[in-house]
Amino acid sequence: MRSRFIEHTAPPLGPYSGLRGMTTVNDLLRVTESGLYCERGDFYVDPWRRVPRAVITHAHADHARAGSDRYLCSAAGKLVLRTRIGGGSPIDTLRPGESVSLNGVQVSLHPAGHLLGSSQVRIEHGGVRWVVSGDYKLQDDPTCDRFEHVACDVFVTESTFGLPVYRWQSPERIAAEINDWWRANRDAGRASVLLAYALGKAQRLAAMVDPTIGPIVAHGAVMKLVEAYRASGVRLPSIDRVPAGARRVGDGRALVIAPPSVLGSSWLKLFGESSVAMASGWMMLRGVRRRRGFDRGFSVSDHADFPGLLAAIDASGARRVLVTHGFSDTLARHLRESRGLEASVLPTRFTGEASPDATAAADDGEPDANGDGDRPDADALTTS
Amino acid sequence: MKRFTDLYWRLDATTSTNDKVAALRDYFAAAPPDDAACALAVLSGARQLRSVSTSQLRSWAAEATGLPAWLIEECYAHVGDLAETLALLLPDAALDATPGTDLGLAEMMQRTIHDLRATTDDHKREVVADVWRRLAPRERIVWHKLLTGGCRVGVSRTLVARALAEVAGVDPAEMAHRLMGAAAADGPAYLRLLASESTEADSRRPYPFFLAAALDRTTVEHVAEDLGAVGDWQSEWKWDGMRAQLVRRGEAATVWSRGEELVNEAFPEIAAAGESLPPGTVLDGELLAVSDTTLLPFATLSKRASRKRVTNKVLADIPCVFVAYDLLEEGGVDLRELPLAERRRRLEALVPVPFTDRLASLPVQPAHLFLSPLVTGGSWAELAALRAEARARGVEGLMLKRRSSPYGVGRTRGDWWKWKVEPLEIDAVLLYAQAGHGRRAGLHSDYTLGLWDGDQLVTVAKAYSGLTDAEIVELDRIVRATTLEKHGPVRICRPTVVLQLAFEGVSLSTRHKSGVAVRFPRIVRWRKDKEPAEAGTLADLRRMIVAT
Ligand SMILES: [Zn+2]
Ligand SMILES: [Zn+2]
Repeated sequence: MRSRFIEHTAPPLGPYSGLRGMTTVNDLLRVTESGLYCERGDFYVDPWRRVPRAVITHAHADHARAGSDRYLCSAAGKLVLRTRIGGGSPIDTLRPGESVSLNGVQVSLHPAGHLLGSSQVRIEHGGVRWVVSGDYKLQDDPTCDRFEHVACDVFVTESTFGLPVYRWQSPERIAAEINDWWRANRDAGRASVLLAYALGKAQRLAAMVDPTIGPIVAHGAVMKLVEAYRASGVRLPSIDRVPAGARRVGDGRALVIAPPSVLGSSWLKLFGESSVAMASGWMMLRGVRRRRGFDRGFSVSDHADFPGLLAAIDASGARRVLVTHGFSDTLARHLRESRGLEASVLPTRFTGEASPDATAAADDGEPDANGDGDRPDADALTTS
Repeated sequence: MKRFTDLYWRLDATTSTNDKVAALRDYFAAAPPDDAACALAVLSGARQLRSVSTSQLRSWAAEATGLPAWLIEECYAHVGDLAETLALLLPDAALDATPGTDLGLAEMMQRTIHDLRATTDDHKREVVADVWRRLAPRERIVWHKLLTGGCRVGVSRTLVARALAEVAGVDPAEMAHRLMGAAAADGPAYLRLLASESTEADSRRPYPFFLAAALDRTTVEHVAEDLGAVGDWQSEWKWDGMRAQLVRRGEAATVWSRGEELVNEAFPEIAAAGESLPPGTVLDGELLAVSDTTLLPFATLSKRASRKRVTNKVLADIPCVFVAYDLLEEGGVDLRELPLAERRRRLEALVPVPFTDRLASLPVQPAHLFLSPLVTGGSWAELAALRAEARARGVEGLMLKRRSSPYGVGRTRGDWWKWKVEPLEIDAVLLYAQAGHGRRAGLHSDYTLGLWDGDQLVTVAKAYSGLTDAEIVELDRIVRATTLEKHGPVRICRPTVVLQLAFEGVSLSTRHKSGVAVRFPRIVRWRKDKEPAEAGTLADLRRMIVAT
C-alpha cells in the first residue's frame, strides 16, 4: 500500500551545457594532455603526467606526481615535496616573491595558505600576468604562511567549496570545539580519535589544539609528515608515535590524529573505547555527517570557503577567471553574473570534470597516495 | 525552542535506540507541559499545516542573502534538504538578540507558525525575517522544518511510548495504547495522558497495530525449514489495500488508518457499516476499493483516502469494503492476549461473510463488511503454488500468522510474516541521474532508467538506489564522467550502465511516454557484466502485463 505509480518525464532539453575548453593556443597557459602548460616558458604547473619541468603548487597527490625530470617549488615546501615524490629528480626552490626566468617567462611563487610550502604561481610575459593559485585558504594557519593577494590579469582558482552554503567558523572557534570534545572524552575515560588528511590538516590540527589537555598521539602516516614539518622549522607540540607491535595505547586521555582510512580497521582498537570525529569542510552538511557515521564532525578545511574564494578573486583584480577543481560551473556563472567577469571552467584531468570522489580509491594512510582528499566520500570505499 | 532543538540534534546524532529513548525521556521530564504536548504532536508525525510555502521561503531567503534564485537551487541540490540549505545560507544571527529571548516550543509555534496562517504575506515575511535574525543555524533548521510541516525526527511511536512510560512510571504497552489516536492538544491534555485520567478520546481509541515482517528466505524449502509445521500457521491473502481498524464503541463507529488518522470522512460507508456491529467491538483489517467484478488498484483507493469529504459520485465510482482479519475487542473486552485461533473463531461468528473476488456473487447485506478468507493448503508446496497466483489475483502474496500467537505491538518478528510474491525483474539502462537527499545528499543516487524500443532507449521508471554505499559512490563518479548535459540537478548520461530493476507489476498507462507504468520500482543489482545493448526491451516489459 505504500507504493505509487511513478510519474517520469524527461527533463527539458536545453542548449548544450557540457564542458568547454577554456584556454587557447594564444594563452600564456593552456590545458594539454599532460596538464596546464606554458609553451613559451616550456614548463607545466602541477602536471598529471611525467614532464621535463614541473612547477608544483603543493605536495598533495592530485598536484604533485613523482617521475618528472625537474621540479620547482617553494623553499618552505621542499622537504615535504621530497617526502612525497621520493629521491632522484632535482627540486629547485624559490623564496616567497623571488622571481626566476624560465625561457624568458618570469615565474615567482607566493604563499597560498593551504599547507606548508603551498604556493600560488605567478607567471608574467609580455605584460600579461597569470596567477595559478593551486589550492588555497585565507584563514590563519599556524603551520604555514598566510595567503598573499597577488594582482594579475588572469586568475586560476579552485572551487572545492564553491557554494555559498560553505562558510567556515573562525579557527579559534573550531579549536575551542575540538578542545571541549577532547576534554569531555578525557573526563569520561575515552580516547579522542580525530580523523584528518595526513598531509597538512593533521599537522594544522596538532598545532591548533590545547596540548595541556592530554597527550597527542599520531598514526605513522601522519608522523612521517610531522617530521618533515619539524625539519622545515614548523613548531608543533610533542606528538607520540604509536609503537610498532603495541597492543594497547594510552589510557583514554589521548588525542589520536589519524588518516580517515583507519576507520573500520583493527588499528583503532588499540585505543580502547573512543569517540571518533572527522575534521573536514564537508562536515558542514548533516547528510554527509550521517552517512559517514562519525560521532562528531568538525567543519575545518584547508580550502577557502565561498566568501574566501570571492575575496581572493576580487583582490586579484583579474578580469578573466578560470575556475577548476570543484563547483566550477556554478562559481564561474556566479562570477559572470555578479561581477561581470570573464569567468569560465578550466577542465582538470582527462574527464574534464573533477569528481567529488576523485581520490576515492587512494589510500589516505600512505603519504604517497595521500591526495587532497577533502571530499565528502574520498575514502568511502575503505570505510563503509 | 533551544530545548527542543537540543532534542532534535541529540536524536539526530545517535542510532542507538537506548540513547534515543534517553534523549526523549530527558526532554519530556524537563519540558513544560505545553511544550511537551507540542513536541509529542511533532514526534508522532501529526500532520503539520503549512503557513508559509517553500517557494515563499526561497524568495525571502534570496532577498536576505542577496543571492540569485538559481544559486540557491544549486545549493539545495547539493545539500539535499531545503531547511538546512536556507539555514546555512542566511546571514549569521544578530548577537545582541540571542540571550534571554528564547521562546518555548509551544509559544514559538503559536507566534511564528500557527498565527501566520491568517495574516498577509507581508506580515509573514516580517515574522520570518525576525526569526532568522534571532536563531542560530542549528535552530533555524529545526524551525524551518516545523514551519514547512516537514519535521520528521526518525523516532518510532514505540520509542516515544517507551520514553513517556518512563516519565509517567507506567508499562510501555499501556503508554502505547494511551497514545493511540489521542493527540494531547495542550498542556493539561498532556498531563492527563501521563496521569492516565480517562478522556473522551479513550472511547474511540484504536489499539497499536501489529505489523508483519517480511520473510528472510522465501523459497518453499526455506519457509518449511524456518516456520515448521504448516498446520501451526493460518494463511490469508496479503491484500493490497490500506490497513485499518474499525472501532465500534458507545454510540458510534470510527475508522483509523495505520498512521493513526481518523478516516471516517474518507470512508463514510465503512463507518456506517461499523454501526451494525455490537458495541465494544474492534476489528483489524484492510480497506479495499472494488468494482462490481474486480479489485481496483491501490492508486484508485488512495484517491479516496486522500479526501476530506467524499461526494456521492466518488462513493459510487470507487466503492470500498472493509475486510476483517482479526478481532481485538469483543463486548468491551481486550482479546489481544488470546491465541489467534480463538480470536479467529469469534471473528467468524461476528463477520460471517468471506470476501471473494467474485464480487457479483456476494449477498447485498452487509455490503461493506467482510471476513478475510483463509487460504488453505495441506502443505507448504500447496501454499507456494497458491502464492504464485497472487499477481493474477491482484494481491501481494500470502500472510502467515501463527495460530497460537497473541496480537502483538509494532513490528515484532516471529508470529506474523509476509510471504510476498517474487518481484518482476528486467535489466535497464541508466539514462538520467539526480542527487539524492539525506544520507545520499550530494551523490547521484536517484536514477531514471530506460529500455530499448527499436534502436531508441525509452524511459520507463525512476528508481532510488538499492545499491551499497560503495557502489553508489562508484556510480556517482561514472555519472559525472559520462554527463552529456546538465539540467539543474539532473544529469543526462551517456548510456553505459546497466541496472537490474525489480517491480511489483506493470500496467498500461496513458500518462507515460513508454505507454506502461511499473509499480514500486527499485534497483536490486548493478549488472557490471552487461553492456547497454544487452538490456531489456519495451516489448519484454509489455509481455509482463497481467490482465486484471
Ligand atoms: Zn587539490
Ligand atoms: Zn591540496
